[in-house]
Amino acid sequence: MIVELGHFALILALFVALIQTVMPLVGAQKRWSGWMAAGEAAASVQFMLLTFSFGALTYAFVTSDFSVSLVVSNSHTLKPMLYKVSGVWGNHEGSLLLWSLILALFGASVAWFGSNLPPTLRARVLAVQGSIGVAFLAFMLLTSNPFLRLEVPPFNGQDLNPLLQDPGLAFHPPFLYLGYVGMSVAFSFAVAALIEGRVDAAWGRWVRPWTLAAWIFLTIGIALGSWWAYYELGWGGFWFWDPVENASFMPWLIGAALLHSAIVVEKREALKAWTILLAILAFGFSLIGTFIVRSGVITSVHAFANDPERGVFILLILAFFMGGALMLFTVRASAMEAKGLFAPVSRESALVANNLLLAVSCMVVFVGTIWPLVAELVWDRKLSVGEPFFNAAFTPFMVVLALLLPLGAIMPWKRAVISRSLRPLMPAMVLAVSLGLLAYALQTGRSALGPVGLGLGAWVVFGALTDLWQRSGRGSINNRVGRIMRLPRADWGKAVAHGGFGVTVFAVAAMMAWQVEDIRTMNVGENFDLKGYTITLASVEDETGPNYYTTMAAFDITRDGKYIATVHPEKRVYPVAAMPTTEAGIDYGFTRDLYVVIGDAQDNGSWAVRSYYKPFANWIWGGSILMSLGGFISLADRRYRVAAGNRAAKIKAVPAE
Amino acid sequence: MIRALILSAALIATPALAVQPDEVLADPALEARARALSKDLRCLVCRNENIDDSNADLARDLRLLLRERLVAGDSDTAAIEYIVARYGEYVLLNPTSQGSNLLLWIAGPAMLLVGGGIAFAYVRRRDRAEPAATELSDEEEKRLAEILQE
Repeated sequence: MIVELGHFALILALFVALIQTVMPLVGAQKRWSGWMAAGEAAASVQFMLLTFSFGALTYAFVTSDFSVSLVVSNSHTLKPMLYKVSGVWGNHEGSLLLWSLILALFGASVAWFGSNLPPTLRARVLAVQGSIGVAFLAFMLLTSNPFLRLEVPPFNGQDLNPLLQDPGLAFHPPFLYLGYVGMSVAFSFAVAALIEGRVDAAWGRWVRPWTLAAWIFLTIGIALGSWWAYYELGWGGFWFWDPVENASFMPWLIGAALLHSAIVVEKREALKAWTILLAILAFGFSLIGTFIVRSGVITSVHAFANDPERGVFILLILAFFMGGALMLFTVRASAMEAKGLFAPVSRESALVANNLLLAVSCMVVFVGTIWPLVAELVWDRKLSVGEPFFNAAFTPFMVVLALLLPLGAIMPWKRAVISRSLRPLMPAMVLAVSLGLLAYALQTGRSALGPVGLGLGAWVVFGALTDLWQRSGRGSINNRVGRIMRLPRADWGKAVAHGGFGVTVFAVAAMMAWQVEDIRTMNVGENFDLKGYTITLASVEDETGPNYYTTMAAFDITRDGKYIATVHPEKRVYPVAAMPTTEAGIDYGFTRDLYVVIGDAQDNGSWAVRSYYKPFANWIWGGSILMSLGGFISLADRRYRVAAGNRAAKIKAVPAE
Repeated sequence: MIRALILSAALIATPALAVQPDEVLADPALEARARALSKDLRCLVCRNENIDDSNADLARDLRLLLRERLVAGDSDTAAIEYIVARYGEYVLLNPTSQGSNLLLWIAGPAMLLVGGGIAFAYVRRRDRAEPAATELSDEEEKRLAEILQE
């Protein structure tokens, strides 16, 4: 019964989304305030219906209702409760429902928190948001209905893909979708502005928090996925330039560019048309990502449902929204006349360079991702584009970006003098170069990767600190520290996020350059040395988990005879899904991870063992956390609070006593 | 039920490590070359994994074949060509820059040049343009000031 109600709510949500699309759009055109207001009610109702629908599906999973086809193919009674719940979105249909729910949540948020928006703009934003909802709800109901029942329910389910039965991956998709779908708000604002025919500083201020929120979630989602790959896949990699990873990375890059260009719109009323274009493209890349993951045209490690019919449907959605928005853009973009003037050397120009590098690097990833498809269609060449290409073609953009970042961030608006802006950065530069040289002198190999990465990372981090220090003005140290503490949150957010980028740049280079690997066979009781650590195989035992069997080893790690830790790498087999997985044994440390994987038993009774010394591994995700933290701090800035203007007006209205 | 689970568990092959200890060549210099080359070769039955990371049997066969060629005295290019001749261009994770692939490799620099040109022209125009007259109505100015306050 509950499942049918959920299905019914889904169908109702489609009709409500239709109302949300049509009524405010007509209302805004004719200036009928009643019709415009209908959009807000519709957005709230659509969100409530989808919440109910999602709840109904979750109920089916939690109670293991095997009369629902989706539950049969993705669940099992023995599965731990956490994965019964995460199984709801661990598949194509359920994840699409989550996607639609989040879309409706963002739409409803615009209705709830957008009271300071001009009524026509708010109505049009809600209408565009509603139209995206119509497309995805129709897609779900027509091709991927999660509520289909089976005539003859089986006794038990087929279990969720064991790789997905992991806390890291349980929360990876929701964050990713919050990011993907969050970009739809920027898209809706852009299209609404094109329909209105005007973009001003206030528009830049309204669109920025939404983009920032989406970008923060995307950062967290990507970092979670990368961390999961690191500890779960068993060879310690963290990024593989897989098409599906690229699918999430492209909107992230464009989103980062959009965040920066929206600042220029807000503060200087320039780059308007470009910002609109970025807002359209950011969501476009989210849709392309959806297409890549769900159509199966490009082979990937974690493709979902490979159904050509679904692929065609998503392609139609993509063509409609991108085609429509870009057409509107070509007609209306010329009306977005810029106002602010600036010199070729200025903060504005630095942000143009930032946008250029981020946008082109995104296009490089895009071309590399679709190239196998293009080559096969056009030249009938079956080829692969993998990690070596992306490392060579993408990295230079990030190097230049990191080189320019501290200088650009410290330059004043309108007009800057390079030598004057560079002067306060001299200590940071000297420090960074010396650190790089020191690393070069200390390391054994002749590779420049590690030292360059350290130098660049240090330059960005110290540059961010210098930026904060510079903002404190003159005076005694005490005064300056006090002033730094009182700086607007946006400034703190900027410094923290930039610092996080520097940390990640350094950590990626360090891990690639200075990792040490060891492969061997060993008996229980034997030990070996890895970068000064002694690793002893203490035991190997067979055990049983809730829904799997495992071969669990215990390795004792000591250094100079002092006990450090015991790690437990496992080989698991999930019998229902007929799939083996590896669980790495990792001793996490501040400056290094020790990473041990147990392999097969050899004929003579010994075990294959692969182990790594991974320098600064945690810093990769630490940098990502700093980037998203910077975003949160910036989002908390009073000036960007969505209802900021509104609240001030209300406070003023209170009569004096 | 339980018996069926145990039976099926026994039938499933457990995952092997990517590079097995018995594959490793005695000569460390040769092994290092093999490892480096393996990173650029695709495991054909996997999805976007290189043979160095892959657990698949076919990846193991390719690793052994590569090492065989290196031990036989092939140069890096000769060994790669030997494998491409048998498995096709699809095996290369690092695409060649021959023929149409040239487009792939120059796409980034070309877009940077074009984009840089457009950006430069834009920045120059912003430098010389006349300040545009404000187009906001009085009411809008008031509202904007309200919002920008704080």
